[in-house]
Amino acid sequence: MPVSTEKMVKVFGRPASLTEARFTYCPGCHHGILTRIIAQIIDELGIVERTVGIAPVGCAVFAYLWYRCDAIQASHGRASAVATGVKRANPNLIVFAYQGDGDFASIGTAESIHAANRGENITVIFVNNQVYGMTGGEMAPTSLVGQKTTTTPDGRDPALFGYPIRFSEMIAQLDAPVYVTRQALYDTKRIVDATKAINKAFTNQLEGKGYSLVEVLATCPTNWRMKPTEANKHVAEVVTKVFPLGDLIDRG
Amino acid sequence: MGERMLLRGNEVIAEAAIRAGCQCYFAYPITPQAELLEHMAKNMPRLGRTFIQAESEIAAISMVYGAASVGVRTMTSSSSPGISLKQEGISYLAGSNLPAVIVNIVRGGPGLGDIAPAQCDYFQATKGGGHGDYHMIVLAPSTVPEAGELTMLAFDLADQYRTPVMILADGMLGQMMEPVELPEPIDVASLPAKEWATTGAKGRDPNVILSFDLDPEVLKKMNLALQKRYRQIEAKEVRYEEAATEDADILIAAYGTVARIAKSVVRMASAEGIKLGLFRPITLWPFPYQPLKELADRVKTVLTVEMSAGQMWEDVRLAVAERANTPFYGEMGGVVPTPRRILSEVRKHAS
Repeated sequence: MPVSTEKMVKVFGRPASLTEARFTYCPGCHHGILTRIIAQIIDELGIVERTVGIAPVGCAVFAYLWYRCDAIQASHGRASAVATGVKRANPNLIVFAYQGDGDFASIGTAESIHAANRGENITVIFVNNQVYGMTGGEMAPTSLVGQKTTTTPDGRDPALFGYPIRFSEMIAQLDAPVYVTRQALYDTKRIVDATKAINKAFTNQLEGKGYSLVEVLATCPTNWRMKPTEANKHVAEVVTKVFPLGDLIDRG
Repeated sequence: MGERMLLRGNEVIAEAAIRAGCQCYFAYPITPQAELLEHMAKNMPRLGRTFIQAESEIAAISMVYGAASVGVRTMTSSSSPGISLKQEGISYLAGSNLPAVIVNIVRGGPGLGDIAPAQCDYFQATKGGGHGDYHMIVLAPSTVPEAGELTMLAFDLADQYRTPVMILADGMLGQMMEPVELPEPIDVASLPAKEWATTGAKGRDPNVILSFDLDPEVLKKMNLALQKRYRQIEAKEVRYEEAATEDADILIAAYGTVARIAKSVVRMASAEGIKLGLFRPITLWPFPYQPLKELADRVKTVLTVEMSAGQMWEDVRLAVAERANTPFYGEMGGVVPTPRRILSEVRKHAS
């Protein structure tokens, strides 16, 4: 039976804030989903003309290519400091920093904590995939105990390299931040929850409430040496045990 | 001109930056530039402008990078060890074509060194202290009033050429008090719009600030554009001062605080019948090679005097190119040469 398109309603499409540029991410990687969610929120809030994105160093270094908003490529780890400079220079802009775990929680530790502690009115998206993806799969500050990486070939030994750092919990101890949450993208429910969280993190900024941090547990099938489906399962069953999902603080 | 004030060099640089329309200032405490930070802490918020005491020098220069991207006039200041930390951000500013002003109130080094005046950061300032093929315009005041003038000029040059500009002074200049008359504040609204700035993509395509391209041919083009601008700066922005050079047999080449001391030496030498002149580069980059080369044809000796082991000396020798003798006298570790000591060096070369 032929299907008529007349009665069909478009319920899902490419966000207007996404450019036509192709993602450089590997198949199965969650960066692509997350990039799209951010574009969708920029659309929903109608802020593309006043948004400035800060791209990090790492797999998301090309983030400036994918949004139809102004963008700045920052040096490794400094995205939250660059975002601070942008927001203070022009508070009317909506500023988001997109940072990986090496960028945000290792080399950028000082910049990340102090932007949060000043309560900068910015939105930070922190992508935690427990590995340095772009440089070839080295240990990240968030790598799990026992996780094999190119620099921990026998697995991360806490006696030598410490434990996975729960950076969002550290930031949640500070007085200034408004919203700190950890989300994931391994199934539809998590994607819906993460989308709501990112919406809230941008809305807080629009309303002048202050610093919001959304940590997103992401997969890296390439460097984890897993199929995308296995990687999703790994996040759901293993990673969330070390990095529990949910809001850490919500003072909005 | 504004009212006459008695101020320290550090305060004059801060006040000049404010009058030049600096909207955002970010820095970390370090001696001997603390008064600069404190003047900004006190005055910027009163004017509705941004002051942040950053968590580190790296954070401060990264905040400068963000503010410069938005198109406002912005500055950071520090002293030698802190300037080493800022090199990452300075390289990014240069690579991303961003205007900004960086003040280095130089102290003794290397390492932690001391907090006494020095000129040991000349190489770092003029030869590209960070990674990559880049230069900053480097302005070297030798008096407190000139520190104010050059700070205001630094903001204009930074905007004009979309480049970081450094004020290279030293602890003596930072701490010294002199009467100054600073110009009235500029009207920020009168500055030309920066079409490239990330002010929100309203009614135009997105602007992107970056120093990055993985395609070597594209990155080469970005580098060639930088180099083209550097050639323009070299052609148009060389600044220097000559004193008593008309009939000189010997020249002192010196900048900053040492050049100021050397002016006394010129008078002392004249009283002894020694025909001594002074050549003082004001722009350390671009270095005034051509004017020094022309002077070298008319003198027997160009004596370089620095508070370093001989850093500007290399540029002096490049300029002189064996047209004259090029001896060197330097002090290190924060020791400031006295006029008498410099004069005894001059006597060695007077026939």
